[in-house]
Amino acid sequence: MTPPERLRAALRDTPHAAWLEQALAEPGRFTRSFAAAGRRTGRAPLPGAPGWTADEAVRALLLESLPPGRAAAEAHDLYRHGDADEKRAVLKALPMLPAGADALPVTVPLLRDAIRTNDARLLAAALGPYAAHLDQAAWRQAVLKCVFMGVPLSEVDRLDERADAELAAMLAAFAAEREAAGRPMPGDAAALLGRLTGDRTPEET
Amino acid sequence: MRIFDPHIHMTSRTTDDYARMAAAGVAAVVEPSFWLGQPRTGPSSFTDYFDSLVGWEPYRAAQFGVVHHATIALNPKEANDPRCRPVLDLLPRYLDKDRVVAVGEIGYDSMTPEEDDAFERQLALAVEHELPALVHTPHRDKAAGTRRTLDLVKASGLEPGRVAVDHLNEVTVGLVHGSGCWMGFSIYPETKMSPPRMVELLRRYGTERVLVNSAADWGVSDPLLTLETAREMLAAGFDEDDVDQVMWRNPVEFYGQSGRLDLSAVTGAAEPTFAGSSIKRGGE
Ligand SMILES: [Zn+2]
Repeated sequence: MTPPERLRAALRDTPHAAWLEQALAEPGRFTRSFAAAGRRTGRAPLPGAPGWTADEAVRALLLESLPPGRAAAEAHDLYRHGDADEKRAVLKALPMLPAGADALPVTVPLLRDAIRTNDARLLAAALGPYAAHLDQAAWRQAVLKCVFMGVPLSEVDRLDERADAELAAMLAAFAAEREAAGRPMPGDAAALLGRLTGDRTPEET
Repeated sequence: MRIFDPHIHMTSRTTDDYARMAAAGVAAVVEPSFWLGQPRTGPSSFTDYFDSLVGWEPYRAAQFGVVHHATIALNPKEANDPRCRPVLDLLPRYLDKDRVVAVGEIGYDSMTPEEDDAFERQLALAVEHELPALVHTPHRDKAAGTRRTLDLVKASGLEPGRVAVDHLNEVTVGLVHGSGCWMGFSIYPETKMSPPRMVELLRRYGTERVLVNSAADWGVSDPLLTLETAREMLAAGFDEDDVDQVMWRNPVEFYGQSGRLDLSAVTGAAEPTFAGSSIKRGGE
């Protein structure tokens, strides 16, 4: 199943599916439906789609339904004028947007915006599969920011595949700073550093 | 004691305030958009501010266990500035947001024709977006401003029960009491209203349709004056239930009319939600 199919399957037989269908039938009210999704479906985790809440899922499927020519611009606009929940839904929906590589100059800046914020939920949402389009320097900084802000590294897509010697050096420097301050290094960051440098950390023994 | 501050400008406050408020029982706040002290020069500084009211500020509040909602509007003072007025066209988008529970603060500052127009248009937006309205009354020429406010509200078609007229005092409360609108009182350390005067008004007018707020902002103000007023009520012989009505149930009832007030983080999903404020949770 593709990710949108998985979300549709998780919504099937819930009242949210009917609301989504109704929203899709009124393209003239697209922006208003996108904004109202949270209070129409609630914000509870969606059983059947781990990592997704009901409002995120219907918002992602609203975006996924857009005509390819308009999807990237619309996503950009919804993010720009969105509240934090809407922004997060846009970020999570980027991989399923009906848009090609020519959309990247419009969509990648959304990731960069989210990474600049101090909102842990937006930072985490920016480091999903779509972060493949971030250059390595930006990605490393974002991972380090997760460590700073206490965002679990399990939120980072393809972490081990992408982590490199440069990130290891940054983490080691951070570990030294933490040690000097008498503060512990978060367990998942210490474990990643261990994997990158070949050292065993206490978590792994 | 649980306290809901129905009017406080948290953007201007520090994390220390959030921590002290949470410790004092202030579990929910509504932040009306207002003037920032320094005049704005264009619509985009408004939208950045609105974005923060529906994005960053609720997130900041949540770190301290405080639930944050907002009201959105072009404030009366800046309604007079032609550079700011185009923001009126951008409001509908924000009035659709989940955490926006009223149109406000609207109303009068100097009672100019420009203010009339912005006030009228924004009351119409409240009708269109099915939101209550939070109305600021002027500091100068207050009684005349309050009368004119009530006339405009009446003409708007918005039900009086969906309108809160704020910053009232001994001189203006009677006008609003008779109108069916909600009566808002801002308790300030020096100006506006003090806790003992507030208690006296509660004795005279009762505890229904009354909203008590700190209106704390970037000026001389104190986010804990709601708590002090609650204590003053108890000392004056009001009981715990009266205090709970004024400090919690009244603001829940007023803003609950938006259908968007989500207090599940405070009350727990099991507790029955207030009529009109229930948010359908996933799967229920
Ligand atoms: Zn105010």
